[in-house]
Order: sequence, then structure tokens, then C-alpha cells
Amino acid sequence: MIAFILILVLLVLMIAASIYAVRQKDLLYAVIATGIISLILSILFYLLQAPDVALTEAAIGVALTTIIFVITIRNTERMEVEKDNNNNTKPAAK
Amino acid sequence: MKKILVLLLLAVVGFYVAETFFDIGFGNSHFVKNEAIKPVKDIYLQQTVQELKVSNTVTSIVVNFRGFDTLGEVTVLFLSVTALGSILYKKRHHVGERSVLFSASSIVTSGSKLLFPAIVLLGAYVFIHGHLSPGGGFQGGVIIATGFLLMLLAYENYSVSHNGLSIVESLAGITFAGVGLLGFMNGGTFLQNFLPTGVLNDLFSGGVIPIIYIAVGFKVAAELTGVIYTVLNEKGEQNG
Amino acid sequence: MDSTYFQYLDYAVYGTAVLVMLTGLYAALVKRSLLKIVIGLSIVDSGLNLLIVTLGYLKGGTAPIFSAGYDGTQTMVDPIPQALVLTAIVIGFGVTAVALSLVIRLWRHHHTLYIDEIKNLKW
Repeated sequence: MIAFILILVLLVLMIAASIYAVRQKDLLYAVIATGIISLILSILFYLLQAPDVALTEAAIGVALTTIIFVITIRNTERMEVEKDNNNNTKPAAK
Repeated sequence: MKKILVLLLLAVVGFYVAETFFDIGFGNSHFVKNEAIKPVKDIYLQQTVQELKVSNTVTSIVVNFRGFDTLGEVTVLFLSVTALGSILYKKRHHVGERSVLFSASSIVTSGSKLLFPAIVLLGAYVFIHGHLSPGGGFQGGVIIATGFLLMLLAYENYSVSHNGLSIVESLAGITFAGVGLLGFMNGGTFLQNFLPTGVLNDLFSGGVIPIIYIAVGFKVAAELTGVIYTVLNEKGEQNG
Repeated sequence: MDSTYFQYLDYAVYGTAVLVMLTGLYAALVKRSLLKIVIGLSIVDSGLNLLIVTLGYLKGGTAPIFSAGYDGTQTMVDPIPQALVLTAIVIGFGVTAVALSLVIRLWRHHHTLYIDEIKNLKW
């Protein structure tokens, strides 16, 4: 029963984190959301009896992928800029 | 307009993917309707214990049953490191400037100095015991790479020797391919076991499988450390 | 775990995996920022891995490891999807790294991440 509720909560959190990552204009927050997706995914792998995959996902998805994204954002730009059809730049809505 | 088109497309893709997988069902063992056909999983589980004497079935599949696949996969990783280096290539005098994410305080630097050997030891433990417990070459290599990542983040002038990395990587690759080729001498196929298999759940068991997985661990660790080091050396305009 | 509760889970895990996959695909198709596209692709990766591992799950099964405590009576989950996903995750990291290096290279040349402004990428 407890594991059932836990899995359901994790699934809902995963969907929420993925939608947040897609909709967020601040790319740094979006990258952290993908890290959270990976973390939830590794817990789910553990609950689905795949400890090997859970170890890999925890190390790669949470640590390495996130840090590579963060370095890239540091080197480029942080905000996703919205543009309309007239090619006028308007700042992203906070 | 474009969004509506994309959503329509996604709905079609989602419908067919969902239909395919919902037919199989969650957690059912009735993949095959015909009882006379045994799933390949049973044969793998049986042979892992009886012939290879390896506890972890995932390890035996990755290294032995699909070992050639793993060799190709490690090659793909190597290619991605090479591509990364050539894409981010710069003129000589720019090399050495590091993109420093933050200047670490003395607590962080001394803490990482203490943690680094422990992380590397954990990674080594994970890939040496890959045939006994969850873990293996890929996991251990990634853990060692995170240890190097910690050091690179904490110390602004910490550097990894590129030559050392490529030597470790090449030696590990040669070990993998060489052990695989040695199988031709005794057994007859690539990656055939030629060492005594030992007792189940013993550290020295499984024949060549631990040797190959340790080589994979070194190779993955060197490659991922190379990826992180190359990307960290990239220094762009600071405007964030 | 009680098996009666599991029947509700039958479609929840698959549905989540497919939904996460579609969300990432939407970002990759609609968004204009190169970094958002790469984020979308990595989300697709996550959903796909969950889908494949879920395929191999068996109700009441244990992890496919013959440790000293295993008594030989329990069924084991399918190890083959796990082995495939294990390699797929590592390859996915390599793909993400190469994609991000291309993003950095394009930023260096065009100084923008907005794909409409990069004329060489026009299609």
C-alpha cells in the first residue's frame, strides 16, 4: 500500500517536473528540473527491481548531465528570449 | 498554427506507442502465448549461474552474451569524446582558461580533498564487485568521473593530464579487445571464457568477466573525465 | 506489496513514461531556443528508458542477482531490458555532451541561441 502510494506520487512529480522544465523561461531552473526528473527516475528504477540501472541513472543523470548543462548556460545565455513575428525582442515574462 | 500541428502529431505518436505497450501489460509473465516457447530470459538466468558462475545477471548479459555490443558502445563513447574535443577546438593561447562556476571557499576545497579518495575508492569497489553485486564498469567509471568533477569544481587550477587520460583509455580498450581475441585460442569464439570459473559468489569467479568489466570501468572513467574537462575548459562571454 | 493495488498501476507507469516522452518531444519540436531543444531531447531519453525498464518488470519478482541470500524459489525480473537501458543511459550522456558542444560552437559564431537567427540552420 505504501509502495503503491509512493510510486503514484513519484509518477505525478515526474510529469510535473517535465512540464515545468519545458515551460520555464529561466533555463537554469529548467535544467534543475531535468535533474529532478533523473532523480525520480532512479528511485523508480530501484522500485522496479533494476538496481544496476538506478546506480547509473543516479550518477549520470543527476550529476554529470546537470553540470554539463549548467556549464553551457554559463557560457551562453540564461534566459530563453521570446520573440514575436516582427523579430522584436521582448524580455521573458518572469 | 504550428503548435496545433505538433500537438496533433504528438497525439498520433502517443496513441500508437500507448496502444502497443498497453497490450503487453504491466508485470505479466505472459509475453508468449505458446507455452512451448521459453523466453530467452530463462536461458540467460540458467546459464549465468551454471556455466559462467556470475551472480549478477545484468553483468553477464552486458559483458558476455552481448559483449560485442558493449565493445561497440564503448567505441561510441570514445568517438563522442573525440568529437567534443574537435568541435570545441580553439587556438593555442586560449587553452588553459577555465570557466570557473564559483570560487570555492576553504571549507569546500578541504572537504573535497578529503572526499576525493573516498569517491574513487567507492567507484573502484563498484566495478571490482560488478559480477557479485549491483554495479559494474559503467557505474564505477561514472562515480570516479564525478570524483574528478568535484576536484575540478573546487580547485580553479586543478588539471587532468590529457595524455594520461588517453593512455589509460587506450590500455583499457586494448585489454578489452585483447581478452576477447584470446578467446579464439581456446574456445573458438570472440569473448569465450578461457579462465577457470571458480565458485559462485566468490570474488575470483566468473573467468574473464571481471577482467573485462574492470577494463570497461577504467575506459568509461577516463572518457567521462575527458568530457567534463574539455567542457570546463570552454570559457565564453560572461553575461549570466 | 499487495497485488490488488498493482492493477491500478498497470497503466500509470506506462502512461507516465509515454507522457514524459511526448512532453520532451513537444519541446524539441516547438521551442526556438537551442538549449531548450537539447533539454527536450534529454527528457525524451528519460521517458524512453522508463518505458523499456517497465517492460521487463514482473509482479513479485526480485532483482536478477543471485546473491548468497537467494533461495531459488522467487521469480526474477527480465534482465535483458535492464542491460539495454544501462548502455542507453551512457550513450545518452555522450549524445547530450556532443549536442551541447555544438550549441557552444554556434554561440561562438552567431552569438545567439535563437534558431531563426542562425541562417545556416534555415530549413
